[in-house]
Amino acid sequence: MFQQTEVTLDELRHLVSDRALTGETVLLNMGPQHPSTHGVLRLLLELDGETVINCIPDIGFLHTGIEKNMEAKTYEKAAVMTDRLDYLNTIGNNLVYCLAIEKLAGLDVPPRAEAIRVILTELQRISSHLVWLGTHALDMAAMSTFLYCFREREMILDIMEMCSGQRMMTTYFRPGGLWRDIPVGFETAVRQFIRMFPARIDQYEALLTKNPIFLDRTKHIGVISADEAIRWGLTGPSLRGSGPDYDIRKVTPYSGYEQYEFEVPTATGGDVYARYFVRMEEMRQSLRIIQQALDKLPFGPVRSNNRKYAPPPRAELGVSMEAVIHHFKLWTEGFSLPKGAVYMPVESPRGELGVYLESDGGPKPQRVHYRTPSFVHLQALPLLSKGHLVADLVAIIGSVDIVLGDADR
Amino acid sequence: MGVEQKLGNMGIATLKLEEVINWSRTNAMWPMLFGLACCAIEMMAAQASNYDLSRFGMELMRASPRQADLMIVAGRVSRKMAPVLRRLYDQMPDPKWVIAMGDCASCGGVFNNYAIVQGVDEVVPVDVYVAGCPPRPEALIHGIITLHEKVKGEKVKDWA
Amino acid sequence: MESLNSVIQILKDRFDAQICEFCGDLSLMVAPGQLLDAVRTLRDEFGFDMLSSETASDYWPEVSPRFHVVYNFNSLKGRRRLSLRVPVDGANPVIPTIEPIFPNANWHEREIWDMFGIRFEGHSDMRRLLMPYDWEGHPLRKDYPLGYEEPQFSFNFDDIAKRKHRGGYEEA
Repeated sequence: MFQQTEVTLDELRHLVSDRALTGETVLLNMGPQHPSTHGVLRLLLELDGETVINCIPDIGFLHTGIEKNMEAKTYEKAAVMTDRLDYLNTIGNNLVYCLAIEKLAGLDVPPRAEAIRVILTELQRISSHLVWLGTHALDMAAMSTFLYCFREREMILDIMEMCSGQRMMTTYFRPGGLWRDIPVGFETAVRQFIRMFPARIDQYEALLTKNPIFLDRTKHIGVISADEAIRWGLTGPSLRGSGPDYDIRKVTPYSGYEQYEFEVPTATGGDVYARYFVRMEEMRQSLRIIQQALDKLPFGPVRSNNRKYAPPPRAELGVSMEAVIHHFKLWTEGFSLPKGAVYMPVESPRGELGVYLESDGGPKPQRVHYRTPSFVHLQALPLLSKGHLVADLVAIIGSVDIVLGDADR
Repeated sequence: MGVEQKLGNMGIATLKLEEVINWSRTNAMWPMLFGLACCAIEMMAAQASNYDLSRFGMELMRASPRQADLMIVAGRVSRKMAPVLRRLYDQMPDPKWVIAMGDCASCGGVFNNYAIVQGVDEVVPVDVYVAGCPPRPEALIHGIITLHEKVKGEKVKDWA
Repeated sequence: MESLNSVIQILKDRFDAQICEFCGDLSLMVAPGQLLDAVRTLRDEFGFDMLSSETASDYWPEVSPRFHVVYNFNSLKGRRRLSLRVPVDGANPVIPTIEPIFPNANWHEREIWDMFGIRFEGHSDMRRLLMPYDWEGHPLRKDYPLGYEEPQFSFNFDDIAKRKHRGGYEEA
């Protein structure tokens, strides 16, 4: 069971150049246990000296069987699994899953729940970008940025914990709204964060943006043109770093994103630096969205009133027989969705996060497929890294911002 | 260790060699940088500013198993990863310890399916299990201190 | 630019496709033989320039068709999406690859091969992607067991310990 089987060179014959067979170039294994691959990614590199000739990614070391496991659970219970896919964007995974269910069921979400969803999703985007920035800078030997980024990330995690009781795996979004309303003190905490944070972004930028070492390591590295990026399916900051201003929040707004004013930052370089620039700018835009959403946070319920999908509040259980029946049905059998399939995309910190949800009319999904940005971006890694040095490969991996849980599922 | 009280004027203390060895082992334990999944992010948080793991002499995460004596299995272990994990464990020099961080590493957690090894103890012997999904950094630190307690009680002979 | 409905109408007439509409998502059912032409038409004539996702769904115990392969195309300029569904027979699941048209179908198709055992004809690198190389079976098929392992409690501890596979590791 625990014997490792290796592929032979013959099986990879079509992926490496002829020079690898004669020994003129070196085949080097990188990972799956490597500090700079951002998880358990394994790369087989064909090197000519220090130059990368070919790069063959090997994924699946974190394959968790989440899609299969979700098929064995009811819709609501399966939501717990979604958090663990992309563990830097847990709230976003919940969001896209809930949106898909709501689309399939035609379920309405109260405006207050939508606004809170936007606030938390944007906070999560900032926290994900902070982890990215910290590790990306760490890969290029800027240790202090890592420490600063995690300091601010803790503040966001505190807000998450305040709402849901968990720092990372919140499962706070449920089909039809939220688990429960935000606690007292939430607004103060978020306002304090958005007041403090712009200065902190300036601090990171002071460390990196004009730092000659950082510029040397990032400018003209891992360049991809807009056409190539589209052909390879890149989305999110990786696409916007090459020029197109494609953002799903603008193109097909969900959760009331159309009410908020924000810009879609783009850059034209298409290199590691451009992607860095876009993400830094995105954090500022996220703050703008949070500010607006907080300012006009409506009052009202946070979960749909449709008792077929959302459980009745505790107080109703004592007085209404119907509520007891609904409660019992929802927590034993779960709700059924109409037969059909939907594809629901949202803009995650990494790019287009889509869920393909198919129902066969029963209480358990027939098929859940997560179209994850990391999976698609990793595929373009050979293209991005060809002709660069091994040391630059680390910068390129960091710049496409992969999460292996997201890629392997 | 309370050595200061025993030192006296001579600057000499007598104590068991075993205690000295175990003391030195606990205070400079080098964990291997072995992040698998979600828990690895909390492990990073434990090393970062707010929780500061270096208070326990453990800030030096080694990427090479040859230089590490503690393996923190942070996250779920898939069937594809299990042989790699075992190989890394075998490459670590004795004495070595393993912490299973999080529910997935301890028992498979929520993922009871074909792809995940139901507990890393099927692959390597585990000393301390840390519960949580993912455990808070405090929980990890508690797990490490628990391991220190365990190491202090070990017999040197056991590693021979 | 034509509206999405007219695109669908054109495709329907040209490829004898079936339209499924559900919750505002439009999808077209195309026969495997016409897949490549349909995809090429979508990209070249109607500006669907990105393959967003490609996945499959298993309808076991149905046999023909047992699988549906679902493609989702995205038009960045037109800001619209379209799904294609291709029925695949269960006895001999083979369909042509769209890798020459959309290079990023490569990994998607490898994943489908890995998870469903649907072979893509003409694919450049048909190896397993996520599971170990020597894995048997295709996990996301409906007739593949979930692999549930019974939790050990005190009353059934010995029972399960006996059955449990403890490979490789022996206590020193």
